Amino acid sequence: MLKRWRQTLTLTDVMVYAIGVIIGIAIVYGTLRTWQKAEYTPEQWINLTIDGLKLGSIYALIALGYTLVYGILRMINFAHGEVFMAGPFTAVFLAMYLDEIGFYNAQPIISLLLITLLSATVSVTVALLLEKLAYRRLRYAPRLVPLITAIGASFFLQYTFRGFYGADVETYPNLDILKGTLTFGPITIPKADLLVIVSGFLLMLLLYGIVQHTKIGKAMRSVSEDKEVAALMGIDVDRIIQFTFGLGGASAGIAGILYAIIYQNVQAFMGFIPGLKAFTAAVLGGIGNVVGAWLGGTLLGLLESLGPNLFLSGLGVPAANQLKDGIAFAILVFILIFRPSGILGERLSKTKA
Amino acid sequence: MSKRLLIIVSIIMISSMVLAACGAKPYECTDKIGCVTVGPTDPVHIAYAMVINGPDATLGIDSRNGAEIAIADKGGKVLDHAIKFDGEDDGCSAEGGQAAGTKLAADPTIVAILGTSCSSALRVAMPLWSTAGFTVISASNTAVDLTEAGNENNYPGYLRTAHNDKVQGAAAAQFAYNFLGFKKAATIHDGSIYADGLQKVFADEFTKLGGTITARESVDPLQVSMSGVLTTIASGTPEIIYHPIFIAAGTQLILQTWKTPGLENTVEMGADGMFSPDVMKGAGDAVEGVYVSSPDFTKFGADYTAKFLPAYQAAYGSVPVSIFHAHAYDAMNMVLACVEKVTVKDSDGTLHIPRQGLRDCMYATKDFKGLTGNLTCTPTGDCADPKIAVFEYHAGEYPPTKVWP
Amino acid sequence: MNTETSSPWKQALNNGLISGVLCLLVMLVGLVESFGDTYIISGMITLGEIVLLAPVVLLTYTALRSATNSSRRTMVGISAIIGLISGCIISAFILLCQVVDLRFMFVNASPALFNLLMRGVPLPLGALIPPLQCAFASLVTLGIYLIPSRLRASVVQGFLWVVVFGTLRDQILIIDLFKIQPFSFILTRFVFASSGLSLIGALFVFAISAGLAYYLRGRKNRPAVIRSARVQKRNRIILIAILALIILSLPYALGLFYSEILDTTGLFIMMGLGLNIVVGFAGLLDLGYVAFYAIGAYTMGVLTSQLGGLTFWQALPFALVAAWLAGIILGLPVLRMRGDYLAIVTLGFGEIVRLLALSDWLKLYLGGAQGIQQIAQPIIGPVAFNSLQKLYYLILIGIIIVAFVAWRLKDSHLGRSWMAIREDEDVAQAMGINLVLTKLLAFSTGALFAGLAGTLGAAKLTSVYPHSMTFIVSINVLVIIIIGGMGSIPGVFVGALVLVGLPRLLSEFQEYQYWFFGLALVVMMLFRPEGLWPEARRKLELHEAEGSIEPPITETVSTGQ
Repeated sequence: MLKRWRQTLTLTDVMVYAIGVIIGIAIVYGTLRTWQKAEYTPEQWINLTIDGLKLGSIYALIALGYTLVYGILRMINFAHGEVFMAGPFTAVFLAMYLDEIGFYNAQPIISLLLITLLSATVSVTVALLLEKLAYRRLRYAPRLVPLITAIGASFFLQYTFRGFYGADVETYPNLDILKGTLTFGPITIPKADLLVIVSGFLLMLLLYGIVQHTKIGKAMRSVSEDKEVAALMGIDVDRIIQFTFGLGGASAGIAGILYAIIYQNVQAFMGFIPGLKAFTAAVLGGIGNVVGAWLGGTLLGLLESLGPNLFLSGLGVPAANQLKDGIAFAILVFILIFRPSGILGERLSKTKA
Repeated sequence: MSKRLLIIVSIIMISSMVLAACGAKPYECTDKIGCVTVGPTDPVHIAYAMVINGPDATLGIDSRNGAEIAIADKGGKVLDHAIKFDGEDDGCSAEGGQAAGTKLAADPTIVAILGTSCSSALRVAMPLWSTAGFTVISASNTAVDLTEAGNENNYPGYLRTAHNDKVQGAAAAQFAYNFLGFKKAATIHDGSIYADGLQKVFADEFTKLGGTITARESVDPLQVSMSGVLTTIASGTPEIIYHPIFIAAGTQLILQTWKTPGLENTVEMGADGMFSPDVMKGAGDAVEGVYVSSPDFTKFGADYTAKFLPAYQAAYGSVPVSIFHAHAYDAMNMVLACVEKVTVKDSDGTLHIPRQGLRDCMYATKDFKGLTGNLTCTPTGDCADPKIAVFEYHAGEYPPTKVWP
Repeated sequence: MNTETSSPWKQALNNGLISGVLCLLVMLVGLVESFGDTYIISGMITLGEIVLLAPVVLLTYTALRSATNSSRRTMVGISAIIGLISGCIISAFILLCQVVDLRFMFVNASPALFNLLMRGVPLPLGALIPPLQCAFASLVTLGIYLIPSRLRASVVQGFLWVVVFGTLRDQILIIDLFKIQPFSFILTRFVFASSGLSLIGALFVFAISAGLAYYLRGRKNRPAVIRSARVQKRNRIILIAILALIILSLPYALGLFYSEILDTTGLFIMMGLGLNIVVGFAGLLDLGYVAFYAIGAYTMGVLTSQLGGLTFWQALPFALVAAWLAGIILGLPVLRMRGDYLAIVTLGFGEIVRLLALSDWLKLYLGGAQGIQQIAQPIIGPVAFNSLQKLYYLILIGIIIVAFVAWRLKDSHLGRSWMAIREDEDVAQAMGINLVLTKLLAFSTGALFAGLAGTLGAAKLTSVYPHSMTFIVSINVLVIIIIGGMGSIPGVFVGALVLVGLPRLLSEFQEYQYWFFGLALVVMMLFRPEGLWPEARRKLELHEAEGSIEPPITETVSTGQ
């Protein structure tokens, strides 16, 4: 076996693995030191974990949009962060109006449904417009061309919405039924957080079901496998692509409302960083893979939340939380070194064999 | 071109130049730097360099609006000349400062500049403006080195109506230690020069008074998930968290601190970057009991709520989002007052504004009654009223109520 | 759009609706009001009005283009309809806003805007103004469309230049050269008014630009004059000499403001040339390029300010080596990653460098949020390069060196290895190219150029701040090389001038700068993806692909539009 290793392993591999191992050791060592120091109570760790899960759910839902589009078109839809922003930023005005007339807290469930509907509709519209105006013509262009188009569209959308609604931060009014916490044994979780985590998971299941078990899902998978052959099989490729964008847009719009429930404040530039993080999550989980997007998103959320306290403060780094984004990327490198196509690997179309 | 045409054009050009020279002005400018000559029908040109683009835009736009209200209060004119108020984006960065600096420095019609929004921009722009002879007055620079005697970044011609970090940070520390009686504090900044400077002064002063700083952390200005940083701070059990940051991140901190185990009863305090109706709206019920330092506007007088705010609302459709609008209002008024004082006016309406004379007048400002208090300028350019107040937010109410001194 | 099957009237209706919606978009984003006091021709037409009417003009033009076989009357009808519908949509919105104040949501739907749109005429009569104005604009478009081709191109050029000059009034008057008397007098008294062009000035600009365009077009059609080789060579030398003279005199001829723009553009050119090697030659998508700029700048900063005390020239080699090493360090972990994974990891690297520079952890060495100040500027003998004009020459020399190296590398063995990797890694490896070495060399060379740009950038600002080293800078450099033409060296120059120089020049529109920037990117990629000065091979590739955008089979299957 050793001889086979010596034959297939090159110097590159050794260097690359060495880097991975160094990162791994740093993580393990830091974690052990933190356990030793016992700075934080279990209650705090639980709180951090819940925070990570809820942040992760939001990332996961946005990542779903990235992963679906990438699976079908092999392109990074850089403007997806703005698709995420458009929904809640528009729906906030409806929320404020409903709150003014008292409907908001009188009929919270209907209000939430209305707001989510509006948000999803706006996000889907933006996604479809993007597909039709910016991306359709570039379907067969080299990879960098649609990337630049997406970047341009991203800036355009940010500033268009800033122009429409102003540069200020808008706030969602509080929903009374979501105040307060629920207790399950040792774990106390705020109601809003529970809603977000559960919705995220359910939505992921729904999307997974659509992709794997419906006819249109099958069409999506075949288009992502090979567009020309799918067309030969009688599939309307344009329609399927539109549907994919729409699905991703709806998912982002709903993620926007979940974001609004927890963080309450929306503004024109709120989509940029979550968009980037969600893309990282999609790559982490294996781009093109629905479950991978969810896993990647959740993992990223947990890393951001737990990472600095878990690894870095153990290593004695002051103001560790400043570097939380750095941790996420370091972990990304670590995973991609040992599993270059992400945790679950690529491909929308690969069935679970 | 035919020869005849050439001759005709030359004659026209030469005669026009001669005519221009013949209309010579009788006034001789004896100013050390030089004078700005404003023709009888020309406007007096005051420029601004503020951040009006990008995510920080509300800071600059508010300041610009405050200055515009000051102009409107004077009827848009000074000494019977219209006031031309335009300018550049300073981008809140060194690059932006250089771009704005070079553009404005090349315009000799400018009398004074209101700006910059951010200290990093000023450090690069000021050498250019100082050489050009402008009077520069800032409504929101707070870095200490800009008005420190002997510091390389302190240039002649610079003044500010915003509070020097040394004043605001120290006031916050004294409030926390002496008035509230706290001995343990934690600080959070957001990576901006403003916040970082303030937390440093706070920490130094608090430690000098005898307290301890349990943690010094930082967040990203657009960050929404604060649980990590708050949990780290919770392990040191501070009595107060000082976060002199801006609205977006500050609101999130307020919303999430009381939910973090270990920080349920911790007091929070911000600086004038968080003195804004958007904080009250964005933080909802959680804003109850949050302190914030700011110029003492209870001294503004009835004019502020009776005249200034309605005028602002009518012109811009909303109340001001940041407190720096008031500093800008005062700054513009100071400039206009000095322009009126030192300008020499010809019989035909031409104005001669001496540059050094304008600077001297500005530095000599004493007990100028502004929105932000009584303004007296030090020789190095600090004009802000040295008294800074601390206010307390109550849910649903704006502005917060004054609690100190 | 199937133009054979739908009638021109239906298309006119369609276009009218789209144009109306676009006009609303432009209004609500705030462009019309903001540009409402920038006069193109003083007292007559503002930039705001031009922006508002632009959708009408564009959509009228597209409708006319596809209605080539229609009679004159139909054309008039089409244009009028498009204009009227657009105007009616605008008026309808204004009337809606009288009933419901939409300002809580659309901050720009203000009475001031409506006043502008109705040209000061109060309601209810004012509601007729937008339809009339838009119809007028579309009929003018029709008029221009009907002019024979050569004359039409000249007329359009004339209009465009009038708009350009009217908008750029301040930037033109700021040029030092134009402050000298004969120019200054003519420009400020005749050509320009207090805002925009005067009427005389506008006619003057129109006449000259239209005339020039007409003349140049005519010349293209005449047969080429054959000149002897010696005369050609002499002409070329004279041309180069004149060009060199102009380039060398620019900072002092144009003044301080333009020197700053030229310096910044120059630094971006340097970075563009470096990234061109990584992305253009070797095909490795690097989204974290700003990290190398930061490393160069910070090394220079740390060594020449408080901690170091070295001079610029002493610190320069350290900074360059640091950047070069950083390129290798980045290259190592990503050796086996491809495509989009590579992109994300390099992006992460860029962010990590910025976070480290910003962090409190390394504050002692790197200055944290306060950055590093008092960075030394280069001194050669008695000459201190402490002004933007003087730095220009240093940056120019830097660009020449970098461009020369890039040019030589392109046709060298290494350059060809890079292009082989770009096309197909496996085949390249099979051909015997050492992937590891080649990739690392690509990263490190690119990093070296960025590091050089970083050192000069630090000297230019005499300070470094972590806030300048953002992801957006990497994107800017990437966009420059794509818009300029990927893999093309002259393309980098063009790209930088257009994407860095131009926005700085037009800083009046800074509030909307990124809006236009985004729009321009999308439009460019849709219509000219090979860039402004492309590598000839690339252009062929891209337009070849364009021809097969819709595989024929799909068209028969898709059920109508």
